[in-house]
Amino acid sequence: MRALDIKLWRELWHLRGQAAAIALVIVGGVAVCIMSLSTLDTLVQTRDSYYRDYRLGDLFVSLKRAPNHLQQQIEQLPGVAEVETRVVAAVSLQLTGSDEPATGLLTSIPDHSDARLNRLYIRSGRLADGRRDNELVVSDAFAEANKLQINDTVVAVINGKHKRLTIVGIALSPEYIYEIAPGAIVPDYKRYGVMWMARTPLSTAYDMEGAFNDLVLKLQPGASGDDMIDRLDALLKRYGGRGAYDRDDQLSNRFLHEEFVQLRNMAVMFPVIFLSVAAFLLNVVVSRLISTERQQIAVLKAFGYRNAAVGWHYAQLVLLITGFGILGGYALGIWLARGLSELYMDYYRFPFLLYQFSPLVFIAVAAITVSVAMLATLRAVRAAASLPPAQAMREQSPENFRLFWLERAGLLRILSPSGRMILRHMARRPLKTLSSICGLACACGIMMVGNFQMDAIDTMVYMQFSVAQRDDVKVSFTEPVSSAALYSLKSLPGVAYVEGVREVPVQLRYQHRSYRTSLQGIARDAQLQKVLDADLQPVGLPESGLLLPERLASILGAKPGDMLTVEVLEGDRQSYQVPLKAMTKQFLGVSAYMDLQALNRLMNEGESLSSALIKLGPFESMDSSQGFDAQQASTVYRRLREMPAVAGISVRQSLIDSFYETLAKSMLTFTFINTLLGGVIAFGVVYNTVRIMLSERGRELASLRVLGYSHNEVAYILLGELALLTLLAIPLGFLLGAYLSRLMVDQMQTDLYRVPLVLEPDTFAMSALVVLVAALISGLMMWHRLGKLDLVEVLKTRE
Amino acid sequence: MAATDRQCVFHAAELSKVYDMGEVQVHALRGVNLELYDKELVVLLGPSGSGKSTLLNILGGLDTASSGTVRYHERELTQATEKELTHYRRYHVGFVFQFYNLIPSLTARENVSIVTEIARDPMSAEQALALVDLQGRIDHFPAQLSGGEQQRVAIARAIAKRPQVLLCDEPTGALDSSTGVVVLEALQTVNQQLGTTTVVITHNAAIAEMADRVIILADGHIVEVKQNSHKKPPTEIVW
Repeated sequence: MRALDIKLWRELWHLRGQAAAIALVIVGGVAVCIMSLSTLDTLVQTRDSYYRDYRLGDLFVSLKRAPNHLQQQIEQLPGVAEVETRVVAAVSLQLTGSDEPATGLLTSIPDHSDARLNRLYIRSGRLADGRRDNELVVSDAFAEANKLQINDTVVAVINGKHKRLTIVGIALSPEYIYEIAPGAIVPDYKRYGVMWMARTPLSTAYDMEGAFNDLVLKLQPGASGDDMIDRLDALLKRYGGRGAYDRDDQLSNRFLHEEFVQLRNMAVMFPVIFLSVAAFLLNVVVSRLISTERQQIAVLKAFGYRNAAVGWHYAQLVLLITGFGILGGYALGIWLARGLSELYMDYYRFPFLLYQFSPLVFIAVAAITVSVAMLATLRAVRAAASLPPAQAMREQSPENFRLFWLERAGLLRILSPSGRMILRHMARRPLKTLSSICGLACACGIMMVGNFQMDAIDTMVYMQFSVAQRDDVKVSFTEPVSSAALYSLKSLPGVAYVEGVREVPVQLRYQHRSYRTSLQGIARDAQLQKVLDADLQPVGLPESGLLLPERLASILGAKPGDMLTVEVLEGDRQSYQVPLKAMTKQFLGVSAYMDLQALNRLMNEGESLSSALIKLGPFESMDSSQGFDAQQASTVYRRLREMPAVAGISVRQSLIDSFYETLAKSMLTFTFINTLLGGVIAFGVVYNTVRIMLSERGRELASLRVLGYSHNEVAYILLGELALLTLLAIPLGFLLGAYLSRLMVDQMQTDLYRVPLVLEPDTFAMSALVVLVAALISGLMMWHRLGKLDLVEVLKTRE
Repeated sequence: MAATDRQCVFHAAELSKVYDMGEVQVHALRGVNLELYDKELVVLLGPSGSGKSTLLNILGGLDTASSGTVRYHERELTQATEKELTHYRRYHVGFVFQFYNLIPSLTARENVSIVTEIARDPMSAEQALALVDLQGRIDHFPAQLSGGEQQRVAIARAIAKRPQVLLCDEPTGALDSSTGVVVLEALQTVNQQLGTTTVVITHNAAIAEMADRVIILADGHIVEVKQNSHKKPPTEIVW
């Protein structure tokens, strides 16, 4: 090994603490980047190959009832490659050993062959046989959540008739990667399941013989989806078509897409923060190292080493530290990506995962990291390379200190010389002080980004399930019913209060933009469902006109006063012009709202309701659920389930539970990773700051020791500066953290949910605490080192 | 005046110092016996490696001996704890270093204050600086002072607490001859006006001419002790 290389390794060893701290920060950034990008890649590749191999359709439409022979007519349409017609029925389910209401979506599969489109992946068992009328295939998520196995039986209420079905297969479908009940906010596998029966028995049970009510279509390459949607809608109008839609509006696919967008944002945002901090640390450490090695550089040059050789020598040091960081980041990133992909598997039901660790991603991440590191140290390395030997040999004169403005104003006279040393030292190099403060603030800020999400999730749940939605149970009807139906619900023992809601599937259009959602008609005096304004206060519904969540209004580009087109996607599919009256705040989902009577008027229907909100309790009252136990509640559920008009029942508490189980789980996993890495950054910055302070001030402090200062008195000067830097950095970190959290919140806006920016005192406290603890640990290490200062050696040599 | 008439400040007996450098052992001091007296100015003269700095460091409580004893008045330094040594340096010893070791972020006055603040019965920083003839540069920072001036601030800092002993390690080592003379004058003034026992180590034989006694070291031994019958004032010293 060449002498210069030996010097390199020795110096790296000498700097090992600092180098490790920097490398760790790089590990964090690279790992998050690799994790997010590889997970994204894995999920996208898996999705695409799943869609392709199991032939997910391009267009989807459900309708009231159409004769089977219509299929040929559709197949003849230009641009159509394949058509699959199906019978789909919403059913309620009775599971052995469970009183809680469960609902399901029962879809037909061909009697004797595999479906042409939206094929099933059979995890165990087999497909249902058309010759038998009691065979059922259930989704693996539902089976898993309810511990169902092959040969178990399930009672389904199909069209009001109880039917006992035997499970013959457990399967997954590309159509339901995200298996969520229509109108639900999060999946709840225990209480909502997708299942399949053979076409003939299902048609018989559902009174759909010779007909279909759902259609999946595959386009020929190059055919226009929008044109086909128009054709299908025209053709199916008389059969009660509910509007064709493409994959973009397909529920499961849309959820998946939103998730990918978030993942991509995550892949950019966190590495940027980590790399900035690592760049800052490298800059500080390398600049410092080079300034202490002036004389060595001079000697090297005096012996004839070229500028480039000297520059390369220091660049190698940077490359080595960065390289270790990148390698560590690769390893951690791959490990995290596998873990994260598996976590996603919990609620994105893929039959398999095609792990993707694309060399391109790895190379790109390394290239960016190395470039950032080199840029950060360019100035220092270039300064080393171009230092003229004679100048380097000369002693550096004492640093030039002046009275600074605070002192000129006489404000510091009260301070002891140690206090003045601290302040002057900070004021002497304002840029350096500022950059130390910024580094510490970064650590504090990134901790906040990790911590605030827990509070945000709690706020979302509170606003959604305690303020906006106050019912205990929501019952949806198979067909719109008149308000008289509410009386039969109200008469059930255990039901304290009932109110009705009209939900209409609609396509909202404004100019060239459109969005499929549900329009909810709410009674003006509604107690169980409130619409909230921007300040999260319940607002009264206007007599007519629409209320839209801010998110939906911005997707449509509409503002209050604009006239929107509301295309109703059921019944005779009329279009109406309705003005947008105001915007609402809603953290989960994007539904439009209207006054119930106004909606009924608009639809030209009498008092018509599609679901009912129920408050449970022993007395007829709004707030009577106390003292109402689970057993009484389950009696109510059973009675509800037995009502023929009831299509589905959803229990608020179950929604909350499943929300925490799924969404919160994935968000909190991220939070945990962020917190961990935030801690690494905090420690990396603090430790490096302290080590540099120590190496810069060692001589000065040793002099003071010789002059009779005690270990603690000397430590005070250094620790005082560290404390002051930390205290200045924390408020700045709060600001930065609030800003980053805001950025994060903006990045996480999706149609499914909007994370609110909620910064509670505990978030601030926790972030500050991590920085303080890092400072404390580093401070203790420094205190220990100060005890070992070599007084004799330090005085003998010149810096 | 005979040295024995005076009070003994330091008494060193069979003082040895061995540095363990891994495979080799370096004997910096090999059984030094020495007494230093109240108010005298002693020059420790010797080539580099002769052990003079080691001796000074042990006397100043910066280093400990491998064997032998050092007494400062009635106090045994070789047995002292770290805390006692800090106490000893804090109240009894003044140090002047070859490279001044001023705190760059403090002015001349504050560099002196940093010591007077922790001392018992110190003189004021202004007084101490006046003693080394620097009253005009009192609010200057080290960067605004010449090397000689910086060293005089260091001397003021060392004597402001009225120490019993002033230990100077090559105080003119980094200075040219004429500036060095000014620094030596300052040392002599302090020695005469305050009666501080002053030990100056140097390899510059010319400086020995201003001492009461000259102790010559070589290879860890005291090879000669000379009583100067005729002390030269620093102004007459040239090198």
